Amino acid sequence: MTQRSAPQRRHALTGSRIRERRTVMGIKQSDLARAVGISASYLNLIEHNRRRIGGKLLVDLARKLEVEPTALSEGADASLFDALQAAAGESPPAFGPAPETGRIDELAGRFPGWAGLIASQHKRIAGLEGLVDGLHDRLAHDPVLAEAMHELLSTVAAIRSTADILVREPDIEPQWRGRFHRNLHEEAERLSARATAMLSHFESQGGRQGAPSTPQETVEAFFDAMDHHFPMIEEAGAGTIGAILVGVAGMEDPATRTLAERLLRHYAEDAARLPLKPFLAAALDSGFEPEPLLPMAGGDVALVLRRLASLPRAKGAPPFGLAVCDAAGALIFRRRIGAFSIPRFGAGCPLWPLYRALSKPMVPEASVLDLPNGTTFRAWSICQPARAAGFGAEPVMRATMLLRPVEEERAGSGAQPVGPGCAVCPREGCTARRMDSLVG
Amino acid sequence: MGTRVLLVEDEANILEAISFILSRDGWEVHGHGNGATALDAVARLTPDVVVLDVMLPGRSGLDILRDLRNASETRNLPVLMLTAKGQAKDRDLALSLGANAYLTKPFSNAEMVETLRDVAHGVSLNGAGLPDQGS
Repeated sequence: MTQRSAPQRRHALTGSRIRERRTVMGIKQSDLARAVGISASYLNLIEHNRRRIGGKLLVDLARKLEVEPTALSEGADASLFDALQAAAGESPPAFGPAPETGRIDELAGRFPGWAGLIASQHKRIAGLEGLVDGLHDRLAHDPVLAEAMHELLSTVAAIRSTADILVREPDIEPQWRGRFHRNLHEEAERLSARATAMLSHFESQGGRQGAPSTPQETVEAFFDAMDHHFPMIEEAGAGTIGAILVGVAGMEDPATRTLAERLLRHYAEDAARLPLKPFLAAALDSGFEPEPLLPMAGGDVALVLRRLASLPRAKGAPPFGLAVCDAAGALIFRRRIGAFSIPRFGAGCPLWPLYRALSKPMVPEASVLDLPNGTTFRAWSICQPARAAGFGAEPVMRATMLLRPVEEERAGSGAQPVGPGCAVCPREGCTARRMDSLVG
Repeated sequence: MGTRVLLVEDEANILEAISFILSRDGWEVHGHGNGATALDAVARLTPDVVVLDVMLPGRSGLDILRDLRNASETRNLPVLMLTAKGQAKDRDLALSLGANAYLTKPFSNAEMVETLRDVAHGVSLNGAGLPDQGS
């Protein structure tokens, strides 16, 4: 059976709406038929949706029934119809009988207030579900929170194990008992400090507690899920963006979808300028070093950095992280990588070359960064216009930083000490610090 | 001499408490607090089983696990991962990388001893299993 689209289905119910309206107005079928110059039997066929009508007859019927023709041909407002249709589609199966989707127009026409309420509540539920997903994502993926939770639970684990020993080992030697008592005291102090720091962290985000998941967070989760690589775009270009976003959670929100489409279009532009196959081959030859790849990109450093960060791990690409900020230093895009924490909110470490690049436009920089957690990363950064400047128009500058973890044996001296951002950085005496650390 | 276990955990007091209870249970216990040199410790001590924390200074426990599974000498070395409660992503990743079992912090001493005994005796827990040898 051929499936009809929603507009087609709505149009097919024109007769039902005529009948509904006529009945509400208390007009006899024969009287209405006479008034518009057709037979009662023909109107009967129309009202049972067995004859399609349009043009002058539809206009005449609408005039007699004192409604706009589109109210008869399309029924309820299309967005309301779609919202009710969506609400019906997501109705839990155990909640009474299935919604009568064939009578949506009738519902909207006879009970516009209730129909509007159902539609708005459906939208609100979708928003709340998005919020729950966003909060869950934040709890599960926020590196700052994850690290703080791990520390907190490690402290609890130490207290639990130590207390367990003291309770269950009555014959424990005095020196061991003394040590464990001291350990308990230390861990209790640490627990207090860590719990306080975590509460401060939550309080500092208090204004966000009730806020919905932002479009940036939703889109970032989507990019993370795709590992920042979109084979369909690589193969067939920007025309596949719509198909890629079908069924993706959160894309029903217009702002989220707009952001996702914009970022994917940028991805497609990059892929068109540096197609995957030759770029991957050259990257493999260069050991995934950006410098030898610059000629392929006509010297566009940021393009090379972005493309390296989008290469598929399955094809041998190493793990890369990427951070992009605007001229105000606000992080507008990030690809997170292991131990290098790139904050979702606020700024990162002012010592990152990403920010240094802002003061040296068009000067590429390669550096080695040493993090307080003992890990080392190579970083390549550049600040350049996001698009070609025009006469009389200020260029929009953006800084881009590519990150790659340094293998232990290759880590050498000369690395620049940086942090993950002041809030979670333990480095003492840092002259660039702008706020106290929340971690001990 | 008991079964040799290497504890890779950076929280000194956890290390001390677990070392104590495992020693009393008859294990030969070695502690190590740095992720960056954990593989060296494995090579040097050749443990029968490894207890590996996920978050370590220097290197993630998951990266260490990946390397252990990629090396022929340690591909089948039993590994018990320590993850934090609520971090299901770490747990799932650990299992997919070939951890034999995991414990979520905070765990009890009895859980630790029991789980470690099972792991050392080749029992894969939590639905975990070693990666396909051919892969």
